[in-house]
Amino acid sequence: MSAVTAEHAHDDHHDDHAHGPEKGWLRWIITTNHKDIGTLYLLFALAMFFVGGAMAMVIRAELFEPGMQFVNPQFFNSMTTMHALVMVFGAVMPAFVGLANWMIPMMIGAPDMALPRMNNMSFWMLVAGVLLLASTLFMEGGAPAGGWTLYPPLVLQTGKALPFAIFSVHLLGISSIMGAINIIATILNMRAPAMTLMKMPLFVWTWLITGFLLIAIMPVFAGAVTMLLTDKFFHTSFFDAAGGGDPVLYQHIFWFFGHPEVYVMILPTFGVASTIIPVFARKPLFGYSSMVYATAAIAFLSFIVWAHHMFTVGLPIAGELYFMYATMLIAIPTGVKVFNWTATMWKGAMTFETPMLFSIAFVVLFTLGGFTGLMMSVAPVDFQYHDTYFIVAHFHYTLVPASIFILMAAGYYWLPKWTGHMYNEKIGQLHFWLSAISVNILFFPQHFLGLAGMPRRIPDYAIQFADWNMISSIGGFIFGLSQLLFLWIVIDTIKGGTGEKVSDEVWEDAHKHGLEWTLPSPVPYHTFTTPPTVIPCDHD
Amino acid sequence: MKKTKQLSAGVTLSALGLESAHADYALNLMQGVTKVSNDIYDLHMLILWICVFIGIAVFGTMFYSIYHHRKSKGHKAANFHENTTVEIVWTIIPTLILIGMAIPATKAMMELDDVQKSDMSIKVTGKQWYWEYEYLDNGVHFESHLDAASEKAHRDGSDPSRIPHYLLNVDNPLVVPVGKKIRFVFTAADVIHSWWVPDLGWKKDANPGFINEAWTQVDKPGVYRGQCTELCGRDHGFMPIVVIAMEQGDYDKWVQITLVKQNEKPDLSDQSREQLMANGEAVYLKNCVACHQIDGKGAEGAYPALRGSAKVTGSVDPLIGFIQAGTSRMPAFAKLKDNELAALITYIRNSPDIGNKVGDELQPKTITPVYDDD
Repeated sequence: MSAVTAEHAHDDHHDDHAHGPEKGWLRWIITTNHKDIGTLYLLFALAMFFVGGAMAMVIRAELFEPGMQFVNPQFFNSMTTMHALVMVFGAVMPAFVGLANWMIPMMIGAPDMALPRMNNMSFWMLVAGVLLLASTLFMEGGAPAGGWTLYPPLVLQTGKALPFAIFSVHLLGISSIMGAINIIATILNMRAPAMTLMKMPLFVWTWLITGFLLIAIMPVFAGAVTMLLTDKFFHTSFFDAAGGGDPVLYQHIFWFFGHPEVYVMILPTFGVASTIIPVFARKPLFGYSSMVYATAAIAFLSFIVWAHHMFTVGLPIAGELYFMYATMLIAIPTGVKVFNWTATMWKGAMTFETPMLFSIAFVVLFTLGGFTGLMMSVAPVDFQYHDTYFIVAHFHYTLVPASIFILMAAGYYWLPKWTGHMYNEKIGQLHFWLSAISVNILFFPQHFLGLAGMPRRIPDYAIQFADWNMISSIGGFIFGLSQLLFLWIVIDTIKGGTGEKVSDEVWEDAHKHGLEWTLPSPVPYHTFTTPPTVIPCDHD
Repeated sequence: MKKTKQLSAGVTLSALGLESAHADYALNLMQGVTKVSNDIYDLHMLILWICVFIGIAVFGTMFYSIYHHRKSKGHKAANFHENTTVEIVWTIIPTLILIGMAIPATKAMMELDDVQKSDMSIKVTGKQWYWEYEYLDNGVHFESHLDAASEKAHRDGSDPSRIPHYLLNVDNPLVVPVGKKIRFVFTAADVIHSWWVPDLGWKKDANPGFINEAWTQVDKPGVYRGQCTELCGRDHGFMPIVVIAMEQGDYDKWVQITLVKQNEKPDLSDQSREQLMANGEAVYLKNCVACHQIDGKGAEGAYPALRGSAKVTGSVDPLIGFIQAGTSRMPAFAKLKDNELAALITYIRNSPDIGNKVGDELQPKTITPVYDDD
């Protein structure tokens, strides 16, 4: 602890370029500092959250009433496609990489990421990829409109945008792979000597596993879209029956990527929840090692369940049954996690600051999404649920009030550490309650719509679906507007927040739960240039 | 001919009348009208209740804790963080529940998959954006498009609530007999579609170049509606499915009449200009509007405009050839009969909706030499 303070003093007194940030805007272009890059990732993700959100608002506005009001069906399809791509690759994944950049070195007692220059490159490649993707909106024939899964043959009907969209997927893939390599290298090589693997905070553990998932799957996705490219422009027939190919082959490859991909967005979520809940329950995390094993089990299972996205595609009966059983198994480790979080709260001394509120809402609402996931794992019943609003409700429950809520929680939890300022708790709680209520008005009715027979990805619908769609849209508009409060809070906190001086540990006894709380607030530009010797560990 | 009219009127009436639920909304899955759909419904309810039960247990515990174990009530935090027994228990119990679920699920899956011993077969082909039905046993063969009222309403912005079964009605419904095991074979002509009628309990993808199978046996006469459920492009939301199940006797009559109608030579006698325009609009709404749009303006960068197009307003013979042969981007419309073609061409050259005003009209007889009937 004293070594850290000495380091901090050293930074303050020497205005040396090698130690401090670059002056001016160039700092943000050429930086190799994990904190700067983390900030870039987080701000970029926040911006894309609003871009993807604006697309969702277009979708909900068109679906407010039956009949076509605002957009044409083609543009509507572009909106659903781009909303998904922007949210997945532009918002949620980069936000977690941003958190990893900021927190992993500070959590394991490392001075920076293992590969700082590659870190910079992977961020800027992400920006290039997302901008290229966004530019397809303005191309002849419009942006891709075949769904984020890019299924052929439909996606091959895309206009001029197709090769650009494919190249953007390549860029995003390279960026993710570099990010993943960097995170794995950092965790495996740069831990403080006393930081053994089974002492690592769960956020670090979940990201280590996520990193391996990313390295395994992104090349598969890149391969699939490259085959689309050659089918379209170089007369191959990977996915065209007329040349001996099979369009369903694409779906197998895509979902071999796609299923682990959705876990890329949820495993770090588990990690953050496991970090926040113990702090506000004032109790160690229950079942640390079972949490680690459950995460690994979920990651492993994610590779062998892909065809549950394809139950109605015409699989042989053996395939239907195998993928049903394998998918059901996921409920077991996921259940263990939910039970562990509940047990962590049990007999704690809980307080309910904004990060804790978002985390509790995550546990409850993610579990709801898990229940519908369990329902859909049952293959014969999925013959009814598949491609309806029921699944739209399911995956939005596992992404919005789960991944997004936990990203919000992480923002409230670590902003005081990053900025040295306290956020406005009242506005934070207002943001929470508005979000938690409206997200349910938005997505819960979609279960009813799906069960009643409304297919997904349609711009217009029969009259009997009108009421729930209108309610869902109203929830959507409230949810969308509420997020502006978060934007305000982030800006306000950076500018000084409540003006209250925050302590180094920020949250009561937080130093027992993680190394980052032993550092000063705000965190100096360089930390842990000498590794810490005492590791807080609450689960020995 | 008279009989045909009577029957098609009857079919239309029953399509409109049997289901009067208009603004009804449902909260839960429909039980449907087949044994399989009922089994699936039971399975759905079983798992739903299991989830509700687990949810009450977990959330109950959590909210008890949130209420009682809070700092503001002076609760002191315990320090336990491990309990192997508890961990084993909450791994084993879910495993047993899953096994309990898997057994009926496996049974239902086997049942759903068994297409053997069917009484008749229907081939279903998904196309952008309509369905084509072929009865493999008796040669009945027709296309099923979104009905004209919905087609117009969703394009010109009129009030959908005035349209009966908005977006869920078709011009030619699929007619099946009750109590017979019907085997469906699915394929597609262009992109992947998916055929779903919730009351039958399942959906099945129609993949281009491949055949999928499924079966149903409807127990109750009635009209059952569904939609395409695999995103298939621009008008994915506008290719509904209507299945009418009738008693065997009625079905047999329907087959007879449909076959007679199907084999009739097209009526090539001269038509009045109004007739040509009205028939032309019907053909246009069914075959052309999806791409070229209701105002003939097409979609920039994707579908060319008919409005002001020299191809449309120029000489007639090349236009006929163009429509019949198609291009690399436009499908061939050789299926259009002379009377339909004449009406269509008159319509696109003269309709104020399309925005062309050539001032001519084309009679079916005048295009006979070009028409190649196979």
